[in-house]
Amino acid sequence: MPFSIPEEELMEPGHTACHGCGATLAMRYVLKGMGEKTVVSVPAACWAVIPGAMPNRTLKVPMVYTPFAATGAVISGLRGSLDIQGKSDYNVVGFAGDGGTADIGLQSLSGAMERGHNVFYIMYDNEAYMNTGVQRSGSTPFGAETTTTPVGKERNFKKQQKKIVADLMIAQGVPYVATATIAYPEDLIRKIGNAKKISGPKFIQILAPCPTGWYYPPEKSVEVSRQAVQSGIFPLFEYINGSIKVTKPSKPISVREYVSGQKRFAHLDDNDIEKIQNTVNKRMRYLLSMEKEGIFVLPAQ
Amino acid sequence: MRRGKIKMRVMQKHNAIMTGNEAVAVGVKLARVGFVSAYPITPQTTIVEKLAEMVANDDLDAKYIEVESEHSAMAAVFASELAGVRSYTATSSHGLLYMHEMLHWTAGQRLPVVMSVVNRALGPPWNIWSEQTDTMNQKDTGWMQVYCESNQEALDTILMGYRIAESQDVMLPLMSMEDAFILSHTSEPVIIPEQEKVDEFLPKLDLKFRIDLKNPMGYGSYTPPDGPFMELKKDLMESMKNSREVIQKVTGDFARTFDRDYSGLIEQYRMDDAKYALIASGTLASTGKYVVNQLRDEGEKVGLIRLRFFRPFPDEEILSAVSNLESVGVLDRSISLAANGFTATEVRSALYGKSDIPVTGFTAGLGGRDVRIDDFLDMFKTTKKGKGGNHYINVKEVK
Repeated sequence: MPFSIPEEELMEPGHTACHGCGATLAMRYVLKGMGEKTVVSVPAACWAVIPGAMPNRTLKVPMVYTPFAATGAVISGLRGSLDIQGKSDYNVVGFAGDGGTADIGLQSLSGAMERGHNVFYIMYDNEAYMNTGVQRSGSTPFGAETTTTPVGKERNFKKQQKKIVADLMIAQGVPYVATATIAYPEDLIRKIGNAKKISGPKFIQILAPCPTGWYYPPEKSVEVSRQAVQSGIFPLFEYINGSIKVTKPSKPISVREYVSGQKRFAHLDDNDIEKIQNTVNKRMRYLLSMEKEGIFVLPAQ
Repeated sequence: MRRGKIKMRVMQKHNAIMTGNEAVAVGVKLARVGFVSAYPITPQTTIVEKLAEMVANDDLDAKYIEVESEHSAMAAVFASELAGVRSYTATSSHGLLYMHEMLHWTAGQRLPVVMSVVNRALGPPWNIWSEQTDTMNQKDTGWMQVYCESNQEALDTILMGYRIAESQDVMLPLMSMEDAFILSHTSEPVIIPEQEKVDEFLPKLDLKFRIDLKNPMGYGSYTPPDGPFMELKKDLMESMKNSREVIQKVTGDFARTFDRDYSGLIEQYRMDDAKYALIASGTLASTGKYVVNQLRDEGEKVGLIRLRFFRPFPDEEILSAVSNLESVGVLDRSISLAANGFTATEVRSALYGKSDIPVTGFTAGLGGRDVRIDDFLDMFKTTKKGKGGNHYINVKEVK
C-alpha cells in the first residue's frame, strides 16, 4: 500500500501516561494527521495529566486545558475567535475522553456540532473514567467490571449497553463521522485527512485500549485494539454526508476471544458472552445494511 | 441644587432614550467587542437580542455564537479571549450559577472578559425580579464586580470595565450589574459617547499570552502542591488589590474624556457633615438618596454611601467614609442563607479593629419586593439608634 504515516512528530517524547497507554498513540496519530497548524483543547481527562506538570508539555502545538463539560463550547469559541483574526486555516481539535464526551460533555458537544462549526472533535474512548480510577461511563460496554460496577456477589457488572456517540452524531446530521483505533494508524490518519476536506463539524471516535482499566498486560494494547475490530466489538466505519463505508474484518475472531484477554470481562459466563456476540452480529448487519441503503438524516446545514 | 460627588454637567445633552439593556448593548458595540456568546435568560435577553441584531445588520463586526447553555457561553468566551479577541457575554440568576465553574476558570486563566449580569432572584420558588443574591454568590470567583445605578452607568461601565480588566496590572475579568427590570427594562435618557473618543479611551486588546502557533504553550496545565499553584493564586489576589489603583485612574480618565465622574469604588452622597448614613448599591441607592434629601430637609445630618465596586471590596474607602459618623447601616438586597447580609458582613470585616462604629444590617427587597420610602425611613431611624444587629425590612407575618 503506497500510503505511509507522516514522519513529523507533533508529540514529543516524554510523558506521564501509563505503560501501554492507547490514548497517547491516539493523540500522536491524530496530530500526524492534523499537522502543525493545530490547536488542541482537552478537558479533565487522562490527557490533562499525560503532558506532565506545568511548565512541561508534550505537544508541539498549543493545548488549552478546560473543565470537564466544556470541550464543545471551547472549540466553538476558539474557531470563532481564530476565524475573525483570519486564522481559518488553523485546525481546531477537541480531544476528550469517553466520559468527557458521552456523559458530562455531551451537551456542549451536541451544541457545537449542531451549530456546524468547522472543528474536529476526537473522542478517545477507553470505555471508562480511567484518570479517576476506572469508574463506569456511558461508553463502558455491557459486561465490563469497573470500580463503580464491581462484580461482587450480585454479579453487578455493567448491565447496560455502550452508548455509541458516533451514532448520535450521525443522527444529529454531523457531515463527517468515523471510528478508528490505534491498531490501524494508516486508517486513522487517512480518516483525519478525509475529515480535513470537509468544512464543518467532524467527529471521530477512537478506541484507545487501557491496560490499567481493562486489566491486560501493557504490551498487548495494539493487539487488543486489533481484536476489538476483528471481533466486531468496535466496527470501523467512515460516514460522509449520508454514505457510510464499513471496514469488514479480514480475519474475524469471536467475542469470546476478545473478552478472554481482559480481566474486566473475567466474570462473564457463556450466556453473557453469547448475548454480546448476538449484539455484535446484529450491529454489524445493521451497519452493512446502512452501507447498502444509505442513511437519511436531516443535513446539519 | 443638591448633588453628590457624581457631577453630570447640565450642559451635556442626552442623545438617546433607552433601557439599561439597550444601553449595555450600545456599550458593547462602542467597545468594539469582537466575540459574543450567550444563552438567553430573563431579564438578560434584550441585551443579547440587541447584539445579535447589531451583528446581523453589520453594525457590530463580531462573531456571535448562540450556545446551548451558560456554562458553554462562558467556555466559548474564555476560549475566544484566550485566542486574543475582546469577548463578551451576559446572563442572570440561574444562568450565572450554571456558569460558576467557568467563572473560576476564566479568572484563573487571567482573561479580561467583561460580562453583564442582570441581577435576578434565585429559585425555588421561581422569581424573575430584582435581587443581588446571584452575583453575591460569585463574589469569590476572582471577578471584579460593579453594581450600576443608572442606564448611563451601565453603558459607561462596559467601557471602563474593559480598560480596567485589560490593564497589565490587573488582567482579571469584570462583571457589571443592572437591577432586573428597574434598569434592564426601564427607559432613561442616555448620552451615547462618540466612537472616536471611545477608541481613544479604550485601545485595542493586545493579549500578551494569547494562543500562538509560533510559541505553543499549555494553558492551564496542572501543578502539584509544590508547583506554582499557591503562587499563582496569591498573584491573582495581588492583582485584585492592584485593581483599586487602576479603577481610580481609569474612572479619572473617563471623567476627563467624557465629563462623567464616577469617583472610583464608592460614591458618597451628602456625607460631608453627616452623623449617620446608609450603605447601599444599585438602584436602591437612588431611593436612598431621595430619602436622604427628605431627611436633610427635616434637619437630619444623614448621608448615603453607594457601593459601586463589591470586588475589589472598598474597605479603605468605607473606613474613611464612616470615620466621622456615629452609626452606619448596611442594606443588602440579597440573602446569604444561614449568615447575615453579604455587604453587612464585608463592612463589619472592613471596620473590625479599626472603628467602633455600630453597624446595623438590613435585608430588604428580596424577590423584587419594593423597598419604599417608608422602608428607608425605618432603616435610617434604626441606623441612627446605633444598636447594630440585623433586621428584615417589610416582611409579612406568616401564620
